[in-house]
Amino acid sequence: MKLTVDQDVCCGAGQCVLLAPEVFDQREQDGIVVLLDETPADALHEVVREAAAVCPAGAISVEEGR
Amino acid sequence: MTIAQETLPAYPMRKAPGCPFDPPPELGELQRQGPIAKVRLWDGSTPWLVTGFAEQRTLLRDARLSSDVTRPGFPTIVPVLPTAAGQGLSFIRMDDPDHARLRRMVTANFAIKRVEAMRPAVQRIVDELIDGLLAGPRPVDLVEAFALPVPSRVICDLLGVPYADHGFFQDNSKVLIRRSVTAEERAAARTRLFDYLDGLIEEKTKRPADDLLSELAARVTAGELTRAEAAQMGVLMLVAGHETTANMIALGTFALLEYPGELARLRGDETDPDLVASAVNELLRYLNITHTGRVRQVLADIEIAGEVLRAGDGVILANDIGNRDPAAFPDPDRLDLGREARNHVAFGFGVHQCLGQPLARLELQVVYGTLYRRIPDLRLAVEPADVPLKHDGFVYGVYELPVTW
Ligand code: HEM
Ligand code: SF4
Repeated sequence: MKLTVDQDVCCGAGQCVLLAPEVFDQREQDGIVVLLDETPADALHEVVREAAAVCPAGAISVEEGR
Repeated sequence: MTIAQETLPAYPMRKAPGCPFDPPPELGELQRQGPIAKVRLWDGSTPWLVTGFAEQRTLLRDARLSSDVTRPGFPTIVPVLPTAAGQGLSFIRMDDPDHARLRRMVTANFAIKRVEAMRPAVQRIVDELIDGLLAGPRPVDLVEAFALPVPSRVICDLLGVPYADHGFFQDNSKVLIRRSVTAEERAAARTRLFDYLDGLIEEKTKRPADDLLSELAARVTAGELTRAEAAQMGVLMLVAGHETTANMIALGTFALLEYPGELARLRGDETDPDLVASAVNELLRYLNITHTGRVRQVLADIEIAGEVLRAGDGVILANDIGNRDPAAFPDPDRLDLGREARNHVAFGFGVHQCLGQPLARLELQVVYGTLYRRIPDLRLAVEPADVPLKHDGFVYGVYELPVTW
């Protein structure tokens, strides 16, 4: 799995951080998403998919099978 | 055309008598017929009404829907007056990039970790207020004595608004979120709040403190923000920051008292943080207090669910019925505090999704996790049918909740 985030569309609602703090964080200065891990471990795949689904801005893209 | 228009269902609809926690039955009926329908508003305009959960999420993420109320033909749930000169709008009524520019100036204050760090302070406020309840007379109105003070004190501390002014800002906020007041009354309340926040920004410019309004004042001084933009942001956060959460506290308590089996799960000997967290999401989903929908206008044609939403059309996304969509939530009309309901749309969806949601969740977790354990025999002091309901609110809830123990 390969992850990308689009900081330009992120609205900083923090849903991703709530679900997978190992993978996502928010920038100190403006609360915008930062990706901590582009290729999360298998055990995190399900929760990362959920984060992409609940991200209100559609800022998280998941490329499966990489 | 006119005849067809007259036969369209009028929106918003009213909740059924005896069902204070359920969306109006007509909304469920429309949802069963399909995810999108047309409805009629007070002025005869006929926007789309989106009732399907999946379609609401798809559309709310779509940048072809505008939140800009100044656009000609933008649908309104009630008559409104144009914004007073010089006041401008808050970012909830703007589109990107203006919306994002302003929202990002305050987003860090609501980031998950920053808010989580406030938990001990929120717990202290909640405990103090419960001490006050226990020491005070019975019965008591839970709204005035607890539900309003909790979020008001929290948002005052965060923004740097003197809590001593709570009577003033609570009264004016109540006017803003009531549908049954006149457009003039609402505009006057908005102006009073704007002037109040404008004055506070001026004061924080001279005597900055460690609070959010002082941060905004510094940005005004630095030329990143106009005074009016800063004041509007202050109004938005102050109003949204206390009224909504207060309604979730009081209406949530009413609902739990009506479902003692669910309440017992929260009252266990030990607080189970996972259950409390899921209870908060489930009550947000089930009660969906922002019950008059998200209101938008189409910027460019959108095809969805076999319909074409044309540029200029109004769209209302009825999150209350979206949260009861059986395709998204099995047995949706059941309150089940253990349900995995975190994908609900009670905070909206898309780039306007509630900025304050981490704070609202924290406050509700502390309240639901504390109140019923500290006052285990809390009960209504009136018949359930006599609890006055905010049918006429933009935000739903109870006007009063007389309780005793
Ligand atoms: C349980 C409590 C709350 C509920 C149910 C709630 C609900 C909502 C909803 C549905 C929206 C979306 C509006 C739209 O899409 O047009 C929203 C936006 C907003 N809420 Fe909340 N809210 C709550 C608490 C709070 C708190 C505590 C704050 C604190 C400041 C807050 C601040 C805001 C702001 C600033 C916006 C505008 C966001 C934007 O336009 O980008 N809310 N809220
Ligand atoms: S959930 Fe989406 S919008 Fe919210 S912080 Fe994460 S990436 Fe940004």
